[in-house]
Amino acid sequence: MTASDRPRISLLGTSALLFEAPGAFDLPHQRRIWALAATASKWPGIREAIPGITNMMLTFETPPRELDTLVAALNDGWDAAEGLAIGGREIGLPVTYGGEIGSQLQSVADHCGLSVDDVVSIHAAPLYTVFALGSHPGYCYLGGMDPRITMPRRQTPLQRSAGGSVSIGGSQTGVSASSGPSGWHAIGHTSWTFFDPSWPTPAALAPGDTIRFEIERVIR
Amino acid sequence: MIEILSVTGPASVQDLGRFDQYRFGVGTSGAMDDVALRAGNILLDNDENAAGIEIPMLPFKLRFGRDMAFALTGAGVEAEIAGRVIPPWWRSHARAGDILTIKAMPRGARLYLTIGGGIDVPMVLGSRSTQFRGEFGGWQGRPLQVGDILPCAASAAAIDELGVEPAEITLARPNTAADETIVRVVIAGEYDGFDAATQALFWSSSWKITPQSNRYGYRLQGPAVKPKAPIEKRSHGIVPGVIQIPPNGQPIIQMRDAQTSGGYPKIATVIGADLWRVGQARLGSSLRFEQTAYADALAAEAEMSTYLDRLRTNVRLVEETRTC
Repeated sequence: MTASDRPRISLLGTSALLFEAPGAFDLPHQRRIWALAATASKWPGIREAIPGITNMMLTFETPPRELDTLVAALNDGWDAAEGLAIGGREIGLPVTYGGEIGSQLQSVADHCGLSVDDVVSIHAAPLYTVFALGSHPGYCYLGGMDPRITMPRRQTPLQRSAGGSVSIGGSQTGVSASSGPSGWHAIGHTSWTFFDPSWPTPAALAPGDTIRFEIERVIR
Repeated sequence: MIEILSVTGPASVQDLGRFDQYRFGVGTSGAMDDVALRAGNILLDNDENAAGIEIPMLPFKLRFGRDMAFALTGAGVEAEIAGRVIPPWWRSHARAGDILTIKAMPRGARLYLTIGGGIDVPMVLGSRSTQFRGEFGGWQGRPLQVGDILPCAASAAAIDELGVEPAEITLARPNTAADETIVRVVIAGEYDGFDAATQALFWSSSWKITPQSNRYGYRLQGPAVKPKAPIEKRSHGIVPGVIQIPPNGQPIIQMRDAQTSGGYPKIATVIGADLWRVGQARLGSSLRFEQTAYADALAAEAEMSTYLDRLRTNVRLVEETRTC
């Protein structure tokens, strides 16, 4: 077994630790991460186990005195982790493609050598899976985008991108939950609410939920 | 209550932070100098997590709506109330209608105003800290504006004047030049992705804190520190203190309002016991990194706890002596 077959475990100072799984960015690996996170979140001294993209951050209630036990538990936990198939909700998300907020729709089409209609139909075709939440309150990292509409991230991030922007960044797509800086290309927008601190669970979506983008309108 | 009469820059209501909401994409927020906020609350016999006001720019002026005790900790400032000068790291007493004026900040970068009982904004997701991106917590989820009237919790009777030694003196790091901040860091996941010469450059350089430094992050300027080969990580969780190296080779220290995830290579992480030093480092000044082992980072946190325990004990002793 080579080193690249094994997970990577590294420190984030004294308040957290990062576990990175070996292997591909795909749903089977992500399901193992969900399983590991569900287990690790119950370990003593752990505040939260937060899934990332085929990785997981553990934050500490109290930093462990020594790390060997935790590292061993993570390695064993990964080896034992069966994919956790979360039976999440399926959400239909109405999207207006193009227009002022989705102003990069044409650029993505040009970059990918496709028509605007192709980009829209390719983007709206898959059933996307919420892999993880992160970045800003309520934001979902989605898996399942068709690689034909891949477009590299911006060299210089935009200072302010509108909340609800449906964007492409590299081989990923997502919807910003609130306005803020972004290095991605907005191709549309939705008025859906992803986060409300007054809800019992503040984020509308959770890992394992699925999203289908519904074409409400295309502004060319 | 207290009324904001004058504010410059993004002053905000902060407690120690919101630490258990990462799984919803919610970062910690909280005081950039947690030691100063704790010290202010200790001076006032508050819960150490009581909310105060973080003031990063001056002038700042407010009016007290009723008699109450308050403390000023963190940055060294020129402050005045009802004709009296308030020394740094000091608690004092305001009468209803008194105006507190803070004019200049000769040392440090953030002042903390704490009041007896604390700023009584609602707890949102376990904290009173302002979450700027999410626009919740603190006072209406936003920076303070002129005319804001902040509710204050009820507090015990009048407290006498009392000061404590500022943390930057008690906890001073050896061999630190004036206008320079040295912070201890633990190496992070991609440290080995940099060759030995580049690692050495990271440790030896005096990094300039650029004007693009704020509660989200501190952007540093110096020689380009670039990995042996470009590194692109899958998005993963990050915490305040993480030092990322974007493609231009100029480090960014993630601070309290940082995104909760990222993908740039991480060279190191500022230890919890030193993060407040970054929060008090001034724009344009220099910063250096000192490598430390995980065990030593824990020891530094224990040292910090001891400092705060001593502060608590001393304040209590003074109260007891005065009531004798």
